Amino acid sequence: MSTNWFPLWLSLRVAALATLISIVFGLWIAYLLAQRTFRGRELLDAVVTLPLLLPPTVLGYYLLVVLGASSPLGHLYESVFGAPLIFTWEAAVVASTLHAIPLVTKSARAAFETAGIRYEKAARTLGASDWRVFWRVTLPLSRRTVAGAGLTAFARALGDFGVTLMIAGNLPGKTQTATVGIYDALQRGDTRTARLLVLVLSAVVIAIAYGANRLDHPPVVE
Amino acid sequence: MIEVRIAKRVAPRLDTPGFSLEVEFQAGAGVTALFGTAGAGKTLVFDAIAGFTRPDTGRIMLDDRILFDAVSRVHLKPQQRNCGYVLQNEALFPNMTLRENLVFAADRLPRLERHRGVNEMIDRFGLTNVAGRRPREASKTEKQRCSIARALMASPRLLLLDEPAHGLDASACAGLYRLLREARGDFAIPILVATHDLEECFQIADKMLVLRDGRIAQGGPPREVMEQPASVDVARLLGISNLFQAEITALDPGRNTSRLRFQDHEITGTYCPGHLLGDRVWLCVRAGELRVTGRNGVRPETNQIPAKLLSVSEMPQTVRLEFSGGISVELPRQEFERQKDNKDWLVEFPPDALRVL
Repeated sequence: MSTNWFPLWLSLRVAALATLISIVFGLWIAYLLAQRTFRGRELLDAVVTLPLLLPPTVLGYYLLVVLGASSPLGHLYESVFGAPLIFTWEAAVVASTLHAIPLVTKSARAAFETAGIRYEKAARTLGASDWRVFWRVTLPLSRRTVAGAGLTAFARALGDFGVTLMIAGNLPGKTQTATVGIYDALQRGDTRTARLLVLVLSAVVIAIAYGANRLDHPPVVE
Repeated sequence: MIEVRIAKRVAPRLDTPGFSLEVEFQAGAGVTALFGTAGAGKTLVFDAIAGFTRPDTGRIMLDDRILFDAVSRVHLKPQQRNCGYVLQNEALFPNMTLRENLVFAADRLPRLERHRGVNEMIDRFGLTNVAGRRPREASKTEKQRCSIARALMASPRLLLLDEPAHGLDASACAGLYRLLREARGDFAIPILVATHDLEECFQIADKMLVLRDGRIAQGGPPREVMEQPASVDVARLLGISNLFQAEITALDPGRNTSRLRFQDHEITGTYCPGHLLGDRVWLCVRAGELRVTGRNGVRPETNQIPAKLLSVSEMPQTVRLEFSGGISVELPRQEFERQKDNKDWLVEFPPDALRVL
C-alpha cells in the first residue's frame, strides 16, 4: 500500500502561508502595541491573544458564523474569489493564522519594547522617519527574536487541529491536513499511516523547537 | 541660538520621588555646560529640547523656529527638530559599521554630497582606519568620536551631549575635549554639554549653568562662577569645602576693607558691597587658597588662625589637610613636605581669597 503524502504537503503549505501572513500582521500589531499609545491598546493585545485561550470549538463556531456563506465577510470572500471560504484549504490557513499571530505579536512586542529604545531615540534625532527607524533599526535589532517567533508560529500552524476540523473539514485530498489525517487514520484503524504522520510531525516540530531556542539564546561567539 | 523656558512636573513613582523642573536659559554658538549632580534634571532638559518629553508649560525656540510652545500647542516630533543628540552611553547602531552609521545620518543630503560628506567627517574625526568596523569592534574613544560625528552629519542646528566623557580614561577625555574645542570652531552652533564634572566645564565650556534640583542656580563663565558662587548651595556643588557662618563687624568702603567674625576669630577681608554691618553671611574660601605656617611660639599675625591638624589625605597633585573648626587646606606636595614637622599650625586666610555670600 503506497503512503498518501497529501495531508503532509497540505499541512506544510498551510503552515507556510499562515506563518507568512501572521508575521506581516503580527509584526504590525506588535509595532502598534510597542510604539504607539492609543486608547484600547491593551484591549487589542487581549483580542489578539484570545485565539490561544478560547476552546477550539468555540473559536471554530465563531469563525463559521463570521466567515460562513451567509455572513457579510463570507459574501465578500465569495464575490472576490468566486467560491465560498468554508471547507476549503484556505479556511485551514485562516484557522492556523489566528493561532500563529499571537505568538508572533507577543515575542515581537517584547523585543520591540526592549531591543532598541536607545537606538531608536538616536535615529529619530537624526531625522529618520518612523518607517525608516523600524526597517533599519528596530527590526534588524530584533531579527533573531522575530525569526524565532516565526518558527514557533510555523510549528503552531502545523499542529492546528480543532479549528481546522471545524471550518475546513476533513475532505481527503482537499482539506485533510496532517493532524486531521492522523485522527482520521486512527478512526479507520490505519495505524501505519497515523504512526508515519506522527513521526514526521514530531521530527519537524522538535527541529523547529531546537532552532527557535538557538535563535533566542545564540551560542557565544569567541 | 537656543532659548528655553520650560517647567515640568514629574509625578512620584514607586521607586522615584517626584521632581519639578523649571528652567530658563539661552545659549548661543559655543559650548554651554549644564553642570549638576545626577538627578538634577540635566537629561530631562535635554529630552525636552530634543522632543522626547513634553513640558507642561513654556516655550523652546531654536534660532527662529518654535520647537515647543505650550500656549499654541506646538510640539514638534524629534525628527523635525534638527537637534543632534549624543546620548549618555553611546547609541551607535550595532547592526551597522561606523561608516554606515554616518551614512544613515547623512540621509537628508543629496546623493552626490552624501558620499563626500561622510568621507570628510570620517577624516575629520580620525575614523579612517576603523570606518569599516562594527561598534563592538571599536574602542570606547572611537565610538564616542563616531557618535559625535554622526550627530553632526545630520547638520543639526544644536548639539546636545549627555555626559560625553562618561567612562573614558584621562587621556581619552583630553582627546575628546580637544575634539569638542575644534568642533566649537568649525560648527557655529550651540553645543550643550550635560556634565557632573567641574573640570570638564573649565576645559570646554564658554559658559556654565549650575543646575540644582531642577532649577538653574547660577550661570556664567566657569571662572566667574567659581570666583563668585551665587549661593552657599552652589559653592557646595562646586566642591568649595570651607563654608562658615560669619558676621560682619566692620565695613570700610574708603579703605576697601571689612571685618568678619566667625568661630571666635576675627579676620579682615575686602569690602563687601551690598551687605550691612551686623549681617549674618556665609564666608566661603577654596581649600587651595588658604595658606599654613608653623606656629612655633610666634604670635599669630592678622588673618592667621591657630588650628589643630586633624588628618592628612593624599590627592593626585596635592595634599589635603583637615583642621579643627572644619577648615580644609590643600597644599602642593612639596610645600607640605617642608611643613609636615610643624607642631602647632596657623591657617592664614588671605583677604583676596575670601568670598562673602
